[in-house]
Amino acid sequence: MIPELGNFALILAFCLSIILAVIPMAGAARGNALWISLARPLTAGVFVFLSISLLILGYSFVTDDFSVQFVANHSNTMLPIYYKITAVWGGHEGSFLFWTWMLGGWMLAVSIFSKAMPDEFVARVLSIMGMLSVGYILFMLATSNPFDRVLPLSPADGADLNAALQDFAFIIHPPSLYMGYVGFSVVFAFAIAALISGRLDAAWARWCRPWANAAWAILTMGLALGSWWAYYELGWGGWWAWDPVENPPMITWLLGAAMIHSLAATEKRGVFKSWTVLLAIMAFASSLLGTFITRSGLLTSVHAFATDPTRGVYILGFLALIIGGSLVLYAIRAPSLKSEFGFGSFSREVFLLANNMILVVASAAILLGTLYPMVYQALTGGELISVGPPYFNAIFIPLMAILAVFMAIGPISRWKKTSTEHLRSQLTKVALAAVALGIVIPVLLTLAIPFGTIATTVLSFWILFAMFKDIRSKIANKPTVAAGLRSLPVSYWGMTLAHFGFVMTMAGACLSSIYSIERSVLLQAGQSADLGRYNFRFEGTRPVQGPNFIADEATIVVSRSGEFYKNLYPQKRLYTSSGTPTSHMGIDGRFLRDLFTTLGDQRENGGWSMTVYVKPFVRWIWIGTIFIAFGGILAASDKRYRQFKVKQAEKMAKVSAASQSAAPASLNAGMDAGGSGA
Amino acid sequence: MKPHRRKKLGIIVFIAVGLSTAIGLSLYALSNNIDLFFTPTQVAAGEVTPGQRIRVGGMVKEGSVEHSQEVLEVSFITTDYNHDVRIQYAGILPDLFREGQGIVAEGAMAEDGTFIASRVLAKHDENYMSVEVKAALDAAGNTPGMPQGVMQ
Repeated sequence: MIPELGNFALILAFCLSIILAVIPMAGAARGNALWISLARPLTAGVFVFLSISLLILGYSFVTDDFSVQFVANHSNTMLPIYYKITAVWGGHEGSFLFWTWMLGGWMLAVSIFSKAMPDEFVARVLSIMGMLSVGYILFMLATSNPFDRVLPLSPADGADLNAALQDFAFIIHPPSLYMGYVGFSVVFAFAIAALISGRLDAAWARWCRPWANAAWAILTMGLALGSWWAYYELGWGGWWAWDPVENPPMITWLLGAAMIHSLAATEKRGVFKSWTVLLAIMAFASSLLGTFITRSGLLTSVHAFATDPTRGVYILGFLALIIGGSLVLYAIRAPSLKSEFGFGSFSREVFLLANNMILVVASAAILLGTLYPMVYQALTGGELISVGPPYFNAIFIPLMAILAVFMAIGPISRWKKTSTEHLRSQLTKVALAAVALGIVIPVLLTLAIPFGTIATTVLSFWILFAMFKDIRSKIANKPTVAAGLRSLPVSYWGMTLAHFGFVMTMAGACLSSIYSIERSVLLQAGQSADLGRYNFRFEGTRPVQGPNFIADEATIVVSRSGEFYKNLYPQKRLYTSSGTPTSHMGIDGRFLRDLFTTLGDQRENGGWSMTVYVKPFVRWIWIGTIFIAFGGILAASDKRYRQFKVKQAEKMAKVSAASQSAAPASLNAGMDAGGSGA
Repeated sequence: MKPHRRKKLGIIVFIAVGLSTAIGLSLYALSNNIDLFFTPTQVAAGEVTPGQRIRVGGMVKEGSVEHSQEVLEVSFITTDYNHDVRIQYAGILPDLFREGQGIVAEGAMAEDGTFIASRVLAKHDENYMSVEVKAALDAAGNTPGMPQGVMQ
């Protein structure tokens, strides 16, 4: 009975979504204030019924209701309670409900935090998100209903949650990734609403920016958590494999990064308008593409839940409809979006354009490498190929190096026109110091000429020194340093933190790739293996009993330069209900290096195969992403975006229209193009 | 042509040149870095050049896994039930590697006809079979008649 209520709530959410998709949109078009005013209550209704639906699915898991097919497939009476609850997103149907609920959550957030925007614009945004909600819920009801029952012969016990998913990171990685992913639909809805209304001005960019920054920052965390999880769970010590399911979120992330930079130019200078809109559409399209790839059955991996072709066809159709429709709308409307076009060759606009080009090319190259095997298979009639990490590294690493070069210059350059003297005076010393220290430090530390390391350190110092130089010149005329630092806007600190995080992640990725060492050995109890200055002695294994698994736990005594350092306890687990073996690593994580041990299998004579790793700087990759995400959130939280009420926006538009000749002409373009007709 | 038009054109040309260079380089990098997949039958037919980096996949033949007792080396046979390929691997096999299960191995053929793997991939999940393994079995005509139990 209870699961049917969940299904019923889902159907109600579907009906409300249809009304939301139609009425407020029509109201905005006809200037009907009553219809417009329905947008917020309808949104709240959709969210409430999606929440009821989700809670009921969670309840079915907690109460072990194995008459529900999805619960029977993804849970088990022995499963710990925290995995029972989170198993909601442990499979295709439930994770799609969770995804849709996230969309509902973002919609609700838009309806609450949009007091500064005109109602008719909010109505359009919510209507568009309502259309997405219609598509998602219809998909669930038609092809993958999480409330489907196995009646009358329900299984006595469930098949258990995929053993590879039973980990703490499973509780936090999918929610953050979904939340970031779905957040891009907000920006998409903003972009489409702007295309429909013709209102694409500085105020629009200002409303849009916090949402874009927040979605992107959360996606950053989702990606980083996934990478961290793969690192310590999958057992091969890697943190990024250019796997076809990892790539789509990376593409979305890169396009999102391009978009938040382009939005800055749109807001401040009224340039790149149609480009920003196109990026918003592309970023959202890539998030749908990711959904399609992982759920169509084209791939096999932990992420590929569904292998039912009808689902793939549905998502592909939805993708074609949404993207095709947006692009048609874009083609009709974009020519009317006049951008300002007054900037010189060394202006910040040009550097942001370079940033955008690099990020878009990088995402296009990743897309090419991801889709190529599928296209190749379709064209050659079934010949299978794979595109490995060498391709992605060959493209991505040089592009990121160029990006790093520009990352130092961009923030220092000025809008509209930067004199070469200014750049020279700001950056000459920075460049000299970066090159000198970037070469000297690695050479002294390694007593060799490691080119990869030198490139990494020079680029890192280049960005960091330029950052300090920029802060110093910005606070130069303030009485004290503290007062100066306080006077800098929050969004500036957001940018600085995010760029700092980028440096840290870049340095961590490069240095750990260069300096990681590993060794696979077969050891009897009492034998040991040397790696670098560490010695790993295998002391034997003992059986361990977990809540729903049994394990062999090895004791590995690590000594450094002959002295005892610490013990590591990698495990080989067997999940009893599904019979699935998994590895659990023994890791000693430090700021400067990780020691990493993974247990293989036992041979007949009692020896165990195992791999030991020393991975310098690998933590920097994830610490850096925390800075990136925090920077994004900080930028989104800048009060400037919320204090800016509509009336002020219109007043400023009039002022700037009156003083057309004045330099800050960013606010006028398109402001009165037809948006505020109501 | 007005100056701002010229500038606009300049930027468009710059973007076009940049993009086509990038696409060209990507395609070049792609052509050098694709790994072709071969089924055991194709290997037996001598379609593979020794030393070329490829992928081979099929089921792990029952009773074919031989662990060395002294070193890490392990060897096993992968099969599409028509032909076999012996695979040698010095590393830790994935958790879900088991006899009678599908695997994909990355590496190169040696002159003596064994396949030296640099990486062995097993499926991540009990319920699914890798696209590549399934294709290999389909090609060998061994999927339809096979009882489900054989695949598990």
